[in-house]
Amino acid sequence: MMSKIVRTIAGITFPFTLIYGLYVIAHGHLTPGGGFQGGAIVASGCALLVIAFGSKWVMKRIEEHHLSILESLGALGFIIVAFLGLVFGGVFFANFIAGTPMLFGGIPNSPAADINTGGTLPLMNFAVGLKVIAGLFAIVVVMAYAISRGENEE
Amino acid sequence: MEKRDIAAIGCLTVVTVILVFTALLMHPFGLPTAYRMDQYIIDHTQNESGANNGVTAVVFDYRGFDTLGEATVLFTAVAGVVLVFRRVKKR
Repeated sequence: MMSKIVRTIAGITFPFTLIYGLYVIAHGHLTPGGGFQGGAIVASGCALLVIAFGSKWVMKRIEEHHLSILESLGALGFIIVAFLGLVFGGVFFANFIAGTPMLFGGIPNSPAADINTGGTLPLMNFAVGLKVIAGLFAIVVVMAYAISRGENEE
Repeated sequence: MEKRDIAAIGCLTVVTVILVFTALLMHPFGLPTAYRMDQYIIDHTQNESGANNGVTAVVFDYRGFDTLGEATVLFTAVAGVVLVFRRVKKR
């Protein structure tokens, strides 16, 4: 646990980091970025919490096997969308939503950004984003907690 | 033969059939050339995948297998770290 200044600033900047990361994930098919990059931003915001408040404070509020479940859900969603492409589009990873009236099914006819385009890409971005958020946060918090346990035993 | 063996052989058969069909549908070796591939992606990304960001279209659509491998690498890394640093109850 660090000083009160660091904790206050971390508490102020954390929600903005979260919003920015989720923005990068949600606009992965329009702007530079995507699931991996946005997930890394959100996970770095969570790492800020780990640094400022200490890993014990974080571990009291979330358990690592919940993060593992979230990560597995992200991987499962990614593979399920890929197999839905095999079922509806004919080939693995087929973009079966693009060009249909479903959600995200629009085709852009100008360089202007429209969130309702991209077919399966936004779904895959969300799945990969969930996976990267949970995975990187699990790595950071588990390692930090192991170090803090080692310091207490000495 | 146990049920596990039958399930394993069934899974292996399904995966083999999928891979063989995919291999039969592939282009001839070395074709299309890199230049034609670039131009194809630049020309058709917006219509085929509906995404304005061509990089995301390549990563998640045209080369989805690559991303699947990356996701598997991340999954393996996280599983290994959580396994190594897990809490062991002392008796």
